[in-house]
Amino acid sequence: MSLDTVKHATDTPDADQPWAELGLKEDEYARIREILGRRPTGAELAMYSVMWSEHCSYKSSKVHLKQFGDKAPENDAMLVGIGENAGVVDVGQGYAVTFKVESHNHPSYIEPYQGAATGVGGIVRDILAMGARPVAVVDPLRFGAADHPDTKRVLPGVVAGIGGYGNCLGLPNIGGEVVFDPCYQGNPLVNAGCIGVMKHEDIHLAQASGPGNKVILYGARTGGDGIGGVSVLASETFDATGPAKRPAVQVGDPFQEKLLIECTLEIFGEKLVAGIQDLGGAGLSCATSELASAGSGGMRVDLDTVPLRDATLSPEEILMSESQERMCAIVEPAKVARFLEICEKWDVIATVIGEVTEGERLEIFWHGEQIVDVPPRTVAHEGPVYHRPYARPEWQDALQADDAGKLPRPAGSAELREQVLKLVASPNQASKAWITDQYDRFVQGNTVLAQPEDAGMVRIDEKTNLGVAMATDGNGRYTKLDPYTGAQLALAESYRNVAASGARPLAVSDCLNFGSPEDPGVMWQFAEATRGLADACLKLGTPVTGGNVSLYNQTGDTAIHPTPVVAVLGVIDDVNRRTPIAFAEEGQLIYLLGDTKEEFGGSAWSQVIHDHLGGLPPAVDLDREKLLGEILISASRDGMIDAAHDLSDGGLVQAVVESCLRGGKGARLVVPDGLSAFTFLFSESAGRAIVSVPRSEELRFTDMCGARGLPVTRIGVVDGEEVEVQGEFTLPLAELKRAHEETIPALLV
Amino acid sequence: MTTRVGVVTFPGTLDDRDSLRAVRLAGAEPVSLWHRDKDLKQVDAVVLAGGFSYGDYLRAGAISRFSPVMETVIEQARAGMPVLGICNGFQILTESHLLPGAMLRNNHLHFICRDQKLRVENAETAWTADYEAGQEISVPLKNIDGRYVADERVLDELEAEGRVAFRYLDGNPNGSLRDIAGITNAEGNVVGLMPHPEHAVEPLIGTGRTDGLAFFTSVIKKLVTA
Amino acid sequence: MARVVVDVMLKPEILDPQGQAVQRALPRLGFDGIADVRQGKRFELEVEGPVDEDALARIHKMAETFLANTVIEDFVVRVES
Repeated sequence: MSLDTVKHATDTPDADQPWAELGLKEDEYARIREILGRRPTGAELAMYSVMWSEHCSYKSSKVHLKQFGDKAPENDAMLVGIGENAGVVDVGQGYAVTFKVESHNHPSYIEPYQGAATGVGGIVRDILAMGARPVAVVDPLRFGAADHPDTKRVLPGVVAGIGGYGNCLGLPNIGGEVVFDPCYQGNPLVNAGCIGVMKHEDIHLAQASGPGNKVILYGARTGGDGIGGVSVLASETFDATGPAKRPAVQVGDPFQEKLLIECTLEIFGEKLVAGIQDLGGAGLSCATSELASAGSGGMRVDLDTVPLRDATLSPEEILMSESQERMCAIVEPAKVARFLEICEKWDVIATVIGEVTEGERLEIFWHGEQIVDVPPRTVAHEGPVYHRPYARPEWQDALQADDAGKLPRPAGSAELREQVLKLVASPNQASKAWITDQYDRFVQGNTVLAQPEDAGMVRIDEKTNLGVAMATDGNGRYTKLDPYTGAQLALAESYRNVAASGARPLAVSDCLNFGSPEDPGVMWQFAEATRGLADACLKLGTPVTGGNVSLYNQTGDTAIHPTPVVAVLGVIDDVNRRTPIAFAEEGQLIYLLGDTKEEFGGSAWSQVIHDHLGGLPPAVDLDREKLLGEILISASRDGMIDAAHDLSDGGLVQAVVESCLRGGKGARLVVPDGLSAFTFLFSESAGRAIVSVPRSEELRFTDMCGARGLPVTRIGVVDGEEVEVQGEFTLPLAELKRAHEETIPALLV
Repeated sequence: MTTRVGVVTFPGTLDDRDSLRAVRLAGAEPVSLWHRDKDLKQVDAVVLAGGFSYGDYLRAGAISRFSPVMETVIEQARAGMPVLGICNGFQILTESHLLPGAMLRNNHLHFICRDQKLRVENAETAWTADYEAGQEISVPLKNIDGRYVADERVLDELEAEGRVAFRYLDGNPNGSLRDIAGITNAEGNVVGLMPHPEHAVEPLIGTGRTDGLAFFTSVIKKLVTA
Repeated sequence: MARVVVDVMLKPEILDPQGQAVQRALPRLGFDGIADVRQGKRFELEVEGPVDEDALARIHKMAETFLANTVIEDFVVRVES
């Protein structure tokens, strides 16, 4: 095979090129020729095709994502915003926290273990590249129906992959979600989040400045992993018989990644790098073009110096390879020796592959011959932007008209009791301990709260007890009924979860999982959801700092429910003040905060009892969410409450059962005046939480709520070994525990 | 003079910082040791912390066992220095033949992370003297290769000599023979166990209990009175 | 009873972290001259009845669908005499 050099490309302008096979559209190929003033070389074509893919360029979503910047609330905490590997926020005491959620959906369907494992690896390197020590991970997951045979293949593989990789890195897994719905059959959502901590002065950016500085590639050798994976895996759907092309799956090596983390942190500690970027999707193509375009613009790379695992790889393949556990650093010449020494200490291979140059071209050579000569911004940032058509689907009205309020309700106390048991045992509401017990939540010795708590929380300073909390939430059913409101509800729930743990919500990362953008109905869902989320972030004062979009989550014409997953990061000045969900003290009073209305659209009850999805999701009141959050945080800080649990899917009864089981104590509940027992137990009205209040604090707490205008209703007391709803039924804790805990193992073992 | 307790970092060790913290909270001076150094920096005792050294590739502990630091640790352990192996550290101790038996994949094949109840069977080792024999404690357990096995003769010998140091209570989490969670050598200076006492040393963190702290206070007392 | 052996190896292009870790350790232990190590799995199947074409076809199917993950692994089936 002859080498397609820049010279050769200039000399053979009419040579046929496989632009269509690489996923480029005709006008995109024409645009590349226009930029270069000639046809691209094979290597250039590879770079453009992968960097201009949906996955890397966000070409369909960009015009909508802009709102997150345009509508960003004033927020002093924001140190680094959208556009870097991950956003960074100030959490006080000189600390900065970086966090992000990403998707690894399609690879996890093809090879669940490796897909999920490399998803964790990728997000951890993103966080590391900001200069931070990764301190925790979370995994929001969605699978097909719990009893579908393919779920038995995908779920255990994904869980083992997350555990196998994350546990080996020594990162506590402190949160996430597991949701089942037939709409995710064939399109599981495997999202992965990571939190990292650093001092302000340690923030690093992905930029290559200073001509003469060296470009160092370090970490694993480059192999044939996932070549074309980014464009092929992430941008095309599978047909019913399975993937049409069987791309090489990336295999993760968590041991190598652990070495990379420790090695990189030591390098940061000695201030040896001027810029740094991890290698993820699009590998070296992405890293070199992004580093160069964010810096002064010029870079020269000698591709034949890249250490290979497979000597037969072509230069195009080396540029496209998605081999895991690699990083690219820009290092001043005087610091190169020390940099390499630290890599040697950690058994990490490091190679100078090029340098930052004067000028504004990214030039790549192969055994002395030039194969790439491009303006790096055109590769990294000036990809196509689509204004895809969108339209409200015609079925939307009928769906919203199919009111869940009309569904038959339980006829009497016995049926009500039976439905409660059925709800807490349903796969979505059941205990996920079988899954989360496969993740290490203790490592690093700073975990204050982990699943099944409302939010995960880790201490970041042992002396001052400063901590951060994170929750992730998303409800595809709500979002399907009304994408604008559904996205806001996802944020509201995540915000509420963080506040319930006692932490102050600061900032947001999102992972937007949708179907094909080529379907105007899906595009409408996306437009509405992003608009809703941006509006709500503005109102709650929590800016989006970064995130990820995953499109084409669909099989044939059937898209998944639109599923924006929202992660909220919070800060708590003293982790001793954290609020767990457990009802642990007999005699404490249980209060319901917020208003309960007849809201059942998209509810867990409507799904579990009637297999129904229709009507409108619960209404959102962001002022109320903010007030509720402030009350929960104040009450935690001033020691007025011993437990708090947000109310969301499953309603009040689900939260009470979880708090009781967690604390090993029962509860006696009284249905408040003006509510039916059914609505009291199952409504999913937003902006609500339950708390347990020591009797000595009762007055102080209710006074505070009253003074600030938050509805507060005493609904019962922590007591005994059963959950009793007076005048209706009693359920022994042992029976609830069995129902709640046996479902998932029975489905999967 | 303050007792110096070393904690070894191998490539892939995860709980080294936690172990150093536990040593400090117990009142000793924590000292980091590096796998490539034979020098133990005059420590009085050594902890081999948990993790996945060398990724657990080949077999858990199999590659670490041949590192330079282990040459000295093995030599010193035979000379009586207290050595505690936690989880991966326990696996390294069995691979080094400082303790008998081996660890296999959990019988349910999954990684398991939970709060685990144990009974302290031998409260006379260098690392357990601050417990009472028969005392029940809870510390986190987290592993995938935690199933302790040895042949019948070895197991009988361990039982007869009181060298089963810890036994699992309320359910065997991994299929370990005779519910064994940890063992000691005949001299009582080398102890290995799968659960993680270093994760149970602060009231707020992890399980919210401090049942693991006595491992580290035990060894300090032992060394001070020695 | 006849024994059929199924060897499962990662495909050549797939990263084998275990093999690499073993290979890197070898020189430290004084074993030189090993250029590469790849680690695989070996299944020994005790087959009831004759190992004819039919049986081998079934074992092949079993290896393809169950013993090996053909997304990342190759396998070889052979009869051990």
